[in-house]
Amino acid sequence: MSYFRLAKIIVLSVSLTVAAGPSVARETIAVVGSSTVYPFSTVVAERYGRSRGKPTPKVESTGSGGGMKLFCAGVGTNFPDITNSSRRIKKSEFDQCQENGVKDVIEVHIGFDGIVLANSIVTEPMSLTRKDIFLALAARIPSDTDGQLIDNPHETWQQVNAALPPVGIEVLGPPPTSGTRDAFVELAMEGGCKQIPWLAELKKTDKDAFKTICHTVREDGKYIEAGENDNLIVQKLQANPKALGIFGFSFLDQNADTVHGSMIESVAPNFDSIADKSYSISRPLYFYVKKAHVGVVPGIEDFLYEFTSEKAWGSEGYLADKGMIPLPREVRLSRAKVVRNLVPMNGDEALK
Amino acid sequence: MSKTPQHLEKIQRSLVRRYRAEKAFRWCGMLAVTLGLTAVLVVFADIFMKGTGAFSATYIALDVTYDREVLGIENFADQRQVNTADWEALLKTALRKEFPDVRKRSEKRKLYALASNAAGYDIKDRLLANLRLLGETETIWILADDDIDAYYKSWLGGNAYTARLTDGQLGALQALIDTDRIQLHFNANFLSRGDSREPEQAGIKGAVVGSFMTLILTLVLSFPIGIAAAIYLEEFAPKNALTEFIEVNINNLAAVPSIIFGLLGLAIFINLFHIPRSIPIVGGLVLAVMTLPTVIITSRAAIKSVPPSIREASLGMGASRNQMVLHHVLPLALPGMLTGAIIGMARALGETAPLLMIGMVAFIVDIPRGFTDPATVLPVQIFLWADSPERAFIEKTSAAIMVLLGFLVTMNMSAVWLRKRLERRW
Repeated sequence: MSYFRLAKIIVLSVSLTVAAGPSVARETIAVVGSSTVYPFSTVVAERYGRSRGKPTPKVESTGSGGGMKLFCAGVGTNFPDITNSSRRIKKSEFDQCQENGVKDVIEVHIGFDGIVLANSIVTEPMSLTRKDIFLALAARIPSDTDGQLIDNPHETWQQVNAALPPVGIEVLGPPPTSGTRDAFVELAMEGGCKQIPWLAELKKTDKDAFKTICHTVREDGKYIEAGENDNLIVQKLQANPKALGIFGFSFLDQNADTVHGSMIESVAPNFDSIADKSYSISRPLYFYVKKAHVGVVPGIEDFLYEFTSEKAWGSEGYLADKGMIPLPREVRLSRAKVVRNLVPMNGDEALK
Repeated sequence: MSKTPQHLEKIQRSLVRRYRAEKAFRWCGMLAVTLGLTAVLVVFADIFMKGTGAFSATYIALDVTYDREVLGIENFADQRQVNTADWEALLKTALRKEFPDVRKRSEKRKLYALASNAAGYDIKDRLLANLRLLGETETIWILADDDIDAYYKSWLGGNAYTARLTDGQLGALQALIDTDRIQLHFNANFLSRGDSREPEQAGIKGAVVGSFMTLILTLVLSFPIGIAAAIYLEEFAPKNALTEFIEVNINNLAAVPSIIFGLLGLAIFINLFHIPRSIPIVGGLVLAVMTLPTVIITSRAAIKSVPPSIREASLGMGASRNQMVLHHVLPLALPGMLTGAIIGMARALGETAPLLMIGMVAFIVDIPRGFTDPATVLPVQIFLWADSPERAFIEKTSAAIMVLLGFLVTMNMSAVWLRKRLERRW
């Protein structure tokens, strides 16, 4: 009966596709992790594939945390070989890795990414300090008496700091799910928060309370969550010259004709100031490699070589062209050696 | 009931009011339609205006000499020599010859940056395809870098975008413009290549092939299973609490946010069955599960619309229930089922959320050659390009949306056409 034949075909096709599942060897390198490192990791992947004539590594943008979770889930071709991260691996994540049999993890610090506060080119660039940023954007700020907090009353930048223009505070930035937001809060807001003496004291005694005060962004409409897409923030700044936007340095680099970055502690964000750390809001970029996969998935060693070669991560390399801030030369050379000898982390690193 | 003059007057008065109400209602309707249409038109116009640029690319004419010594290849049969040869050197020599005044190392670097870094590979392909060119010089059109492309297109538009170029580069470009050695050509790369982080080399083909493979699997899985389920539920299943429960659940599933199906796919297909991430098989499975409820519901509606008289006549002629369904009901209901399936497919074509969980939101350069190669799909490609810092990706994004819209419109039109063509009314 044709009906039964049909049913048989359906059952067969389903079971076949499911049975084809358990995977054998994988030919392509699998990379996951941070969306901040993604633009750089993909360039290396593409160049590697092109120049070696090998399958181009597959790069997924899952966010730093999501990448770590996948990476540390286990060893074997069903798990990724490399994860990118816009922060250092956490102690808890490292332990998770160890627990799941991912014993040897090679850490590669590849460079820096600056976070900028930019505004439209038609208005004057701002000159801010991290303390200004904290006082303008925190949900609750210290009152005149030590130890007291009040809801942030500031409406204009001038109220925050008399040297700033009398323009309303309006900042477009990423939502809490974004790594850029985490870094901004930690580097800019906490950096400014620490400059208030009694809060700096509080950090020593009650770390959680300190974090709550320093890391909470105001929610009264002065800080506007503008989504994860940095291009969108750039476009919105063009339409609204009074607003400031928070995004990664590479987007400033690409849109230099429409937006310019604010100076932080009188340092403008550019390649040199971020590289020598005089520009204070910058974060390190990393990737982590599973040593157990080297030699199992073909090409990992070559990929690492390509990533840590001078033509890629050097000060005039193609990653710098894409907006990544390179490490100092001596650091690069010594790190490259560590990577090429496949030296894993020993577990004694000072992880948070 | 008698019609007194007062009655008539009352009706007359209410008539005016009722006509007025109808008129207002019509105006509201027309206004709503116009508003919707304008919004769609504005969006389309914006996408088309931004996207058409992606179908042309800037090329620079260069006199390239295929010099064996510059390449350093002794034997062209030796694959390794050919692969490791410095193909870009041919390009650099040609650029130096074109602009002999550039001497400083840093300026030379900027000069080399006029050409796309893929241009060396293009020269390689050209020479290897025709080895007689060795030692010859010819003028060929070289793909320009995306910054040059952005500059030249904005220059043609009257408002040159110079922020990413140096004065030396601008001078060189002006010389090229004056001698007409820089031109816009049709961008074949956009249709014939996979993704790239260099906008001038990025293409849509990888995503189109990935979408195609994923959708084939979705169709092959969801259509037969959906129809079988619909026929069973509609024609054979007893009406009891259990089938009632199933029916409610199918309707619920059709309204579940699509990302839930991605989570389900991650938990079952990847974590339980160990199907590798990012491949069309797992994408097809997830999207099939997602479209199943839609297929079942539309198929049931199609079966329901077949009049009972057909069934009764067939049974009356001595057909078994099975024959009645397969010979009479199914052929009559098939057009409606097909329409439902196509609309389900169109929805699956536009999905990104469930694919995020199963690793199909990824940078994949190689065009997939089978159901087990890593792949991505059209809407994901749009999402990834929209998020890229390089400015030239703006036009790529819009162009990719145009391609996706093209597919969606074709699918929906074919659904309408099928219905018009095959549908029977009673």
